[in-house]
Amino acid sequence: MNGTPGIGWDFARRLLRNRLAAAGGAVILFFFLVSALPGLFSTHEPNRIDIVNILRPPSGAHPLGTDDLGRDVLARVVHGARISLSVGFVAVGIAIAIGLIVGLLAGFYGGWADAVLMRLVDMMLCFPTFFLILSVIAFLEPSIWNIMTVIGLTGWMGVARLVRAETLSIKERDFVAAARAQGAGSARIIFRHVLPNTLAPILVAATLGVAGAILTESALSFLGIGVQPPTPSWGNILTAGKDNIEYAWWLSLFPGLAILVTVLGYNLLGEGIRDAADPRLKGR
Amino acid sequence: MTGGIYRPEEDGAILSLVNVYKTFPVRKSFFSTENLRVRAVDGVSLTVPPGKTLGLVGESGCGKTTLARLAIRLLDPDAGAIRFDGKEITRMEGEALRVTRRQMQIVFQDPYSSLNPRMKVSDIVGEGWLVHGLARGKELRERAERLLVRVGLPADAGGKYPHEFSGGQRQRIGIARAIALSPKLVVADEPVSALDVSVQAQILNLLRDLQEEYGMAYLFVSHDLRVIRHVSDDVAVMYLGKLMETGPAAELFHEPLHPYTRSLLSAVPMLGDAPSERIVLSGEIPSPISPPPGCRFHTRCFMAEKVCEEVCPLLRSIAPGRYAACHFV
Ligand SMILES: Nc1ncnc2c1ncn2[C@@H]1O[C@H](COP(=O)(O)OP(=O)(O)OP(=O)(O)O)[C@@H](O)[C@H]1O
Ligand SMILES: [Mg+2]
Repeated sequence: MNGTPGIGWDFARRLLRNRLAAAGGAVILFFFLVSALPGLFSTHEPNRIDIVNILRPPSGAHPLGTDDLGRDVLARVVHGARISLSVGFVAVGIAIAIGLIVGLLAGFYGGWADAVLMRLVDMMLCFPTFFLILSVIAFLEPSIWNIMTVIGLTGWMGVARLVRAETLSIKERDFVAAARAQGAGSARIIFRHVLPNTLAPILVAATLGVAGAILTESALSFLGIGVQPPTPSWGNILTAGKDNIEYAWWLSLFPGLAILVTVLGYNLLGEGIRDAADPRLKGR
Repeated sequence: MTGGIYRPEEDGAILSLVNVYKTFPVRKSFFSTENLRVRAVDGVSLTVPPGKTLGLVGESGCGKTTLARLAIRLLDPDAGAIRFDGKEITRMEGEALRVTRRQMQIVFQDPYSSLNPRMKVSDIVGEGWLVHGLARGKELRERAERLLVRVGLPADAGGKYPHEFSGGQRQRIGIARAIALSPKLVVADEPVSALDVSVQAQILNLLRDLQEEYGMAYLFVSHDLRVIRHVSDDVAVMYLGKLMETGPAAELFHEPLHPYTRSLLSAVPMLGDAPSERIVLSGEIPSPISPPPGCRFHTRCFMAEKVCEEVCPLLRSIAPGRYAACHFV
């Protein structure tokens, strides 16, 4: 047990014992591998047009078939994985960073800082997020960076509320009073004492957030204002497929399945983390 | 001398509180527009001499923890003065307060919430050294190890996390943290209440040994009279935010003056030396939101008369060194 952090091995063991969470984790690992080493899963070029072989059904040469420009669907889904997952991670990273700062400041300092920041959260929550994203994207060029940023900037409010609530309860714990008595300043108390104790719920929020961000990106791409072709993302492969869905089902099915399985994987893992981190469920 | 009102020692005391008040806002109920406040500490004066132990005893909710935290400025008083080692610290702020805090430390009741679960024990114990620039890195770990061994923990304890220890061991870690900066005063807020009886004695002995070794004063809070008698040089008895009686421990336990003290002692057989018939404390403690007028204790007192409902008795001298807040002693 020596050298394990607060919820270390014990936590990992409980998480792995949860079969669904472990399956979710395996799916996520698999898609990480796909994003990191696409060449391992498909030898085709994702953007190579082949007019002779358009709309071919799955076969030995093209395991998931080809699209209306003769591009290999497997190669596009495999390379799209990196784009879709990156959008998920960067967007959630931005949301967590903002949510953490806002939540820590509001919860720790209270008073007018809390009032102002939480009204800001309420205001942001008044707008239906998706329409907010739509209207912002309408003014910006729909580059992948803009999409990540906008999804992140509209997704931090839940994290802020969560972190604020955790901070409010942690700052009343005796170890914070002890740190004060030792002469620690507010910055040290926030970063060494409060922040590390909010990480478990943040991890849950982040995992669920990645699933949400991947879905949002797919939806934006599906509407044609997300990641722009020819760069493949799961959302825009799906869009390209919808025009030919009557006679080329493989064009829509496989990117759709990729989205479904990944989102499910993140949700299962997130819920598994939540259960494993909850001391009331200990010993199950 | 007899009849004089209690005044805390100003010279030579390590800690003195002069007429300290602290209230907390109460969450208003939906229909109520009143601005209610809990009167947690309601005009308390006391003195802790250097190197000695003042035992603070009282029933649950009477304001002991609030008083303990006021004493080392973890809470700010509404009114009154706090003097530490000859300096007024009531309104001290910033760097001056941070430096003064090295001299006054606290041991908490709850061995679980008092240690940060995400920090290694050596970092918990050495945090004061780090923030005051006294030690860091390898030196900090070595000093922490020596200190942990001194409080009776294994030498490798520093590299572990708090959840790997039992309640008693965690309390030892909390004690090590409190003495790391060689303070002149340690406030111990029910340091053994959460522990098994067998472990309690070990921790009390450790605290006594450390007091002899380091010469620090204790403000020792407990609701357990046996513990208070075991550790205290002087005792202060608290009820509903006010002190009822204070005096040297031996005399107070031998011959309690205040009817509240007498009731408390008679409830613990074989504790008071005086042959005492059992006095039953009737009724519940009144709410500190609206304490009874006059003497706080009159609603439960076996000696209460008309005057007790109207006039609040002051803590006054009854015999040399002995004070009680009662009209009839
Ligand atoms: N932060 C706070 N906010 C509101 N009320 C408080 C707060 N702290 C204490 N109180 C109230 O003040 C009164 C005294 O509390 P305190 O914790 O000082 O008592 P105590 O003697 O230490 O009790 P215990 O034996 O339960 O530890 C109680 O009525 C309590 O509810
Ligand atoms: Mg208490």
